[in-house]
Amino acid sequence: MKKTFTMLAAAAIAAAGAAPALADLVVPNLSYRTGPFAAGGIPYADGFNDYFTLLNERDGGIGGEKVQVPECETAYNTEKGVECYEATKGTGALVYNPLSTGITYQLIPKVSADGITLYTPGYGRTSAANGKVFEWVFNYPANYWDGASVAVKHLLEQNGGSLEGKKIALLYHNSAYGKEPLRTLQELSKKHGFTLAELPIDSPGQEQKSQWLQVRRDKPDYVLFWGWGVMNSVAVQEAANIRFPMENFIGIWWSGSENDVGPAGAGANGYKALTFNGVGQDYPLYADLQKYVVDAGKAAGAGDQVGTAVYSRGMYAALVISEAIRKAQEIHGTAAVNAAQVRDGFEQLEITEARMAELGLPNFGQPITASCADHGGAGAAMIQQWDAEAKKWNLLTGFIEPDKDVLDPLVAEDSAAFAAENNIAERCN
Amino acid sequence: MFYREAGDFKTSYVDDSQTFPIRFDRMRYYAVLVVGFGIIPFVINDYWANAVFVPFLIYAIAAIGLNILTGYCGQVSLGTGGFMAVGAYACYKLMTGFPEVPILIHVLLAGGVTAGVGVLFGLPSLRIKGFYLAVATLAAQFFLVWLFNKVPWFYNYSASGQITAPERTMFGIAVTGANTPAWAKYLFCAVILFALAWLARNLTRGAVGRKWMAIRDMDIAAEIIGVNPLTTKLTAFAVSSFFIGVAGALFFAVYLGAAEVGEAFGIQKSFLILFMVIIGGLGSLFGSFAGAAFLVLLPVFLKNVLVEGMGWPTDLAAHVELMIVGALIIVFLILEPHGLAQLWRVAKEKLRLWPFPH
Repeated sequence: MKKTFTMLAAAAIAAAGAAPALADLVVPNLSYRTGPFAAGGIPYADGFNDYFTLLNERDGGIGGEKVQVPECETAYNTEKGVECYEATKGTGALVYNPLSTGITYQLIPKVSADGITLYTPGYGRTSAANGKVFEWVFNYPANYWDGASVAVKHLLEQNGGSLEGKKIALLYHNSAYGKEPLRTLQELSKKHGFTLAELPIDSPGQEQKSQWLQVRRDKPDYVLFWGWGVMNSVAVQEAANIRFPMENFIGIWWSGSENDVGPAGAGANGYKALTFNGVGQDYPLYADLQKYVVDAGKAAGAGDQVGTAVYSRGMYAALVISEAIRKAQEIHGTAAVNAAQVRDGFEQLEITEARMAELGLPNFGQPITASCADHGGAGAAMIQQWDAEAKKWNLLTGFIEPDKDVLDPLVAEDSAAFAAENNIAERCN
Repeated sequence: MFYREAGDFKTSYVDDSQTFPIRFDRMRYYAVLVVGFGIIPFVINDYWANAVFVPFLIYAIAAIGLNILTGYCGQVSLGTGGFMAVGAYACYKLMTGFPEVPILIHVLLAGGVTAGVGVLFGLPSLRIKGFYLAVATLAAQFFLVWLFNKVPWFYNYSASGQITAPERTMFGIAVTGANTPAWAKYLFCAVILFALAWLARNLTRGAVGRKWMAIRDMDIAAEIIGVNPLTTKLTAFAVSSFFIGVAGALFFAVYLGAAEVGEAFGIQKSFLILFMVIIGGLGSLFGSFAGAAFLVLLPVFLKNVLVEGMGWPTDLAAHVELMIVGALIIVFLILEPHGLAQLWRVAKEKLRLWPFPH
């Protein structure tokens, strides 16, 4: 009797779990449209899906092969992430992009054993940039340590090249995601002589009163912010409430969407965030997207997120994945590539500015040149600022290069620790 | 007709006091063992192991652990997530510190460490009772999560505070890490669950368990008849924490492979396991299994039916799933406040009389 329920479930799941056709290219979308992080998860998933819909509708897929994007809800939860990964990997999945640093940490060993690429643009384990250790993981064009360094460089620029004696507070989601930049910022504070205050906020981050009280008391010159989901809009509102000068409040790219600044209204004016892709809809690609996807009624989700900051980033991730698949098709001379061949595509990927213009996104992202050792890209990012009156993000700067002198030893150290723990021999030598 | 004592003669005391005195019950128990150890390991695949069986087995261990404390000894605990975290981090430190030792020993040692921590946090239970104890164990939950977040030694100074289970073996076969075959994962958890459930069953029907139940039913009366509340409550905390620690170690090392304390062992986990115990049935081993099965398998089952079977959008399905599970919990608690175990007991009573109820 103990197992009766199990058996019932067994029968039903076996009946329900019919596998999709194996002929197409399968790129599962482990998304989250529910829970406290849905504010970021929905636009990202929509952008990701819509770009593949566009390829299918306009070009008939990639190299003549249609792309399937089965969606699986993770709610940003690692247990559901495991379930989703196991449920989709048997369908011929080529690459995963879970948009969760926690799930990424969990999938890194799994994808390495199963031979499936994990692509984590702008999130995940930073030291995966070292392709010598992380064969199956790619995180170009930028990662958290790049982001932290770019933010500090921007502040250096504003202060005439010196942050001596300044006070910077880091407000972060108390999880793997939020803790990623800590080590870099600690190194940078030593190098540039600023003091760093670390203020963790427990997930999901709806309660931040005490942290902002601390900001009010300590009066840091700048606040850097690693938040996600509902936590972002709360932080922007709290900053506005204590009248913290918004131009001194800088978020990572995941804390810079329209959904985050909207609720604070005029109070959010001047809030800055990093971004590694262009903003707005002034790109030729959006005309195609409107024509083939939105007007055709094929947009993912409610279709109301088109062109927003995080939507564009989801689209950018889909674009890089599709380019890698195209590269794999070119290398291996077959349209129906498998997971291992797609990894080769990622490793030899080259996206030039000319290619981006050809794809309808001129001056949208930085050029990407991957290699066996370099899975992390140049890591440059721009600063965007919110204009509450016009309700749009404006780019303040061009691409700022991170301080690789500081980052490279950190990446080497962290990836060496992973290699030692898991007995991995370095490749590419 | 099938389920009855009549005609099932016992000729020795050993026979008379066995766990399943009724033949039908015994046969069912052997059948479950044969299916669990003889059939499932040969047919299991990655999805079934990782999404269904392994979480079910691990949650069942945790639910048995909490049931010993709450169901048998009557001490309400909201610290389960924190104690699971102790098991997970102890296992991680042991795995990385002593890589050559078989993983089973690490898992059991992790349970032992958790038992120690559990006893420490169980000390206040001598003075405070009921809701107040629940609040004290809640403090344990928050303190332990904070501790594992704050002190880098626990996560070996990794950049992001994540712990990742390296590959460790048992008889030369990987049990943790990404290269673990599905059957090894399943069998490892199943063997531990079997051993621990067997232990729990025999503890709860012996002198130790009777003391626990005496304290649960009325602590003053128990003290008067000679039950020492200090040792009784602390043994309940120790045994319960041992089970929960083993569950935490398996949860991190075998199931998730990587974990982060706030997300994997937060307050939601404490509530989830408490709900398993309440829905399954307080003071019942079968209830621990049933509760774990209900709360682990039902969401997976609904997701598969709604998304793959009926083609609903994933967000709608996720919301409806929450509503269905919530509604079912309320329905169960109204119709049968003593949990699924009581339903099973009622069914057995009916079976005894069937087919002649009058």
